[in-house]
Amino acid sequence: MDQKLMLLGDEAIAQAAIDAGMSGIYAYPGTPSTEITEYVIQSREAKSGLIRAAWSTNEKTAMESALGMSYAGKRTMVCMKHVGLNVAADVFMNAAITGANGGLIVVSADDPSMHSSQNEQDSRVYGKFALIPVLEPTNQQDAYDMVYYGFDMSEKLGVPVLMRITTRLAHSRAGVVRKPTRAQNEICLPKDPRQFILLPANARRQYKNLLHKQSEFEKYATDSGFNSYADGEDKSMGIITTGIAYNYLLENFPDRHIPFPVLKIAQYPMPHAMVEEIYNSCDKLLILEEGYPVVEEAIKGFMNNGKPVHGRLDGTVPRDGELNPNIVAVALGKKDTRGRDIPSVVVGRPPSLCKGCPHIYSYNALNEALSTWSKGRVFSDIGCYTLGALDPFDAINTCVDMGASITMAKGAADAGLLPAVAVIGDSTFTHSGITGLIDCVKDKNQITIMILDNETTAMTGGQDSSAFGRIEDICLGVGVDKDHIFVLNPSPKSHEENLAILNRELRYEGVSVIIPRRECIQTAVKHLKEHKKEETAKMEG
Amino acid sequence: MKRDIILAGVGGQGILSIATIIGMAALKTGLHIKQAEVHGMSQRGGDVSSNLRIADHEIASDLIPFGQADLIISVEPMESLRYLPLLSPDGWLITNTKPFINIPNYPKMEDLMVEIEHFENHIALDADGIAKNLGSARSANMVILGAASPFLEIKYEELVEAISRTFARKGDEIVKLNLDALQAGFDFAEAHTNLKMR
Repeated sequence: MDQKLMLLGDEAIAQAAIDAGMSGIYAYPGTPSTEITEYVIQSREAKSGLIRAAWSTNEKTAMESALGMSYAGKRTMVCMKHVGLNVAADVFMNAAITGANGGLIVVSADDPSMHSSQNEQDSRVYGKFALIPVLEPTNQQDAYDMVYYGFDMSEKLGVPVLMRITTRLAHSRAGVVRKPTRAQNEICLPKDPRQFILLPANARRQYKNLLHKQSEFEKYATDSGFNSYADGEDKSMGIITTGIAYNYLLENFPDRHIPFPVLKIAQYPMPHAMVEEIYNSCDKLLILEEGYPVVEEAIKGFMNNGKPVHGRLDGTVPRDGELNPNIVAVALGKKDTRGRDIPSVVVGRPPSLCKGCPHIYSYNALNEALSTWSKGRVFSDIGCYTLGALDPFDAINTCVDMGASITMAKGAADAGLLPAVAVIGDSTFTHSGITGLIDCVKDKNQITIMILDNETTAMTGGQDSSAFGRIEDICLGVGVDKDHIFVLNPSPKSHEENLAILNRELRYEGVSVIIPRRECIQTAVKHLKEHKKEETAKMEG
Repeated sequence: MKRDIILAGVGGQGILSIATIIGMAALKTGLHIKQAEVHGMSQRGGDVSSNLRIADHEIASDLIPFGQADLIISVEPMESLRYLPLLSPDGWLITNTKPFINIPNYPKMEDLMVEIEHFENHIALDADGIAKNLGSARSANMVILGAASPFLEIKYEELVEAISRTFARKGDEIVKLNLDALQAGFDFAEAHTNLKMR
């Protein structure tokens, strides 16, 4: 047990969940959260059927399944990227009211600086919104320990627990020491049979319960040891850090001695006694947090009539983007150690579609087919194909949230922008596109929907797609006319044929679905290698 | 002792294979490690980097502070320059000279070389060419690792062992090709510098 494993923050969370007796994990892939579920899927425990581990259709179905497993008394985890929590917000908010039976941990991975996201929303705000405990690990070991602790806390307090991580912790490796493995729970239904029936009468009672538990949540945050106060001799300033910001602070003191009092927050609700202690003993405060100024706003207050509080709100720290050791150095009044500037000869190298990617040929055909109309009528979605916004394609006009391609195209068509085109991937289609398609069918919109089917969830690394093998059936099932469903081969040799179909369907005054289908070039290569390996093994065997 | 290393390249070039081997050797030596990787959208042919931190004491930040990296190890020449703000004034720049051109406005090679050579502490080598001559075009990353090896504060033998373990399941021949590539990189570095840091 003493041997350290070199784990990503994501993997530390996964390993802790396995060791703590989790029975099932539910998730939809999303950077930077994907590796949690991938690690569990690859584990011996999952492969032997001891742990249920597979991808769900979206974050809402994932979280509802997890809540069901918690209802049955077993420990479970549900993982997503921050914007995935928006998709699951309905069940998330109401699961706070029902409470948990078996331990339930919701992991939301935030992406400040938007390395791979469309916003940098801070999941701690959701935690406060739902009035549930939030854990925000400082490092990989903390991430492990907190999951292990979090399941116990969830069961003792009878609530779901939110764990909030950010990109740098999710995707950075460090040594992690494991704890002893714990057996899984037996099935055990909730003691109160009405707990999960949120009829208004029950819901009011449950909500009062939740409110009543707030002081207990705070007591846990004070006593768990994850929040800690370290005194310092220089009381001219007190520093409050949250999550990984503590590491950046420590980095600025090579001898690891910080002269100022430091309150390290890693568990919420914020412990009042600890905050009061640092506030009362220092002349001013500096707040360092990765994400929104959540703690800063709480302490500063709307009137800001207390001691000086510095942080993101007054510009001591930039208002947006992730932190790093240098931003913290500058906030501390230290010298920035930035080295030589990037020479002007260096140019940007944006990500691009892979050589041979099927999307290239879908966009070539679409661009040519649309060349006779004015620009600005292609509504797209979240996936590799969003790169169609860049040169040389310049093929799409929107990318907002999962599934918005079809519904935004519908709204534009309703407004009279005809024809309107939606471009969505196979996995995104089953994630959140089907309901929008039903709206289009119901209203008989003149809309052409391209479902780019590369038979995987490509952008996050090739996870299974819930749409696999059933897109035509789904479209037929929701009422698309069978004469306006086409499967194309997105390749250069089929270009003329594809173009002819597009030209015709763009003029059709109804819902048309076009499915360019060819496996993602990355997963195709991977499958070819696996196949070769199997063949070799067979020959050797 | 600490070694803060920026690994640089283009998505798909396999910079993490270098990180894995250095990490494995460092762990064996009993050192602390932190390694921040890039996953997700930025992998699709875009610029990628990894922060690899090794020390004989507990490491705080996952990210290397600006101006404090001891090494930039790059498998692509233009990418080696993208991380200069992170490099310490007495750090070393070790880079492949074989460009990876997947953008229309890739700069002229001679302009890139002027910038690379402008940095006194540099080693620039055609790792792809060297690997090819050894009969193992896919071992270019190990040539680069070899050229960086004198600066890592990790024994050469530990790197040899880590490579042997990493490639063991691919057979003795593959192990030997990669070790030859490592040696070729090391030899180049020794011939082209006075190895101040050793």
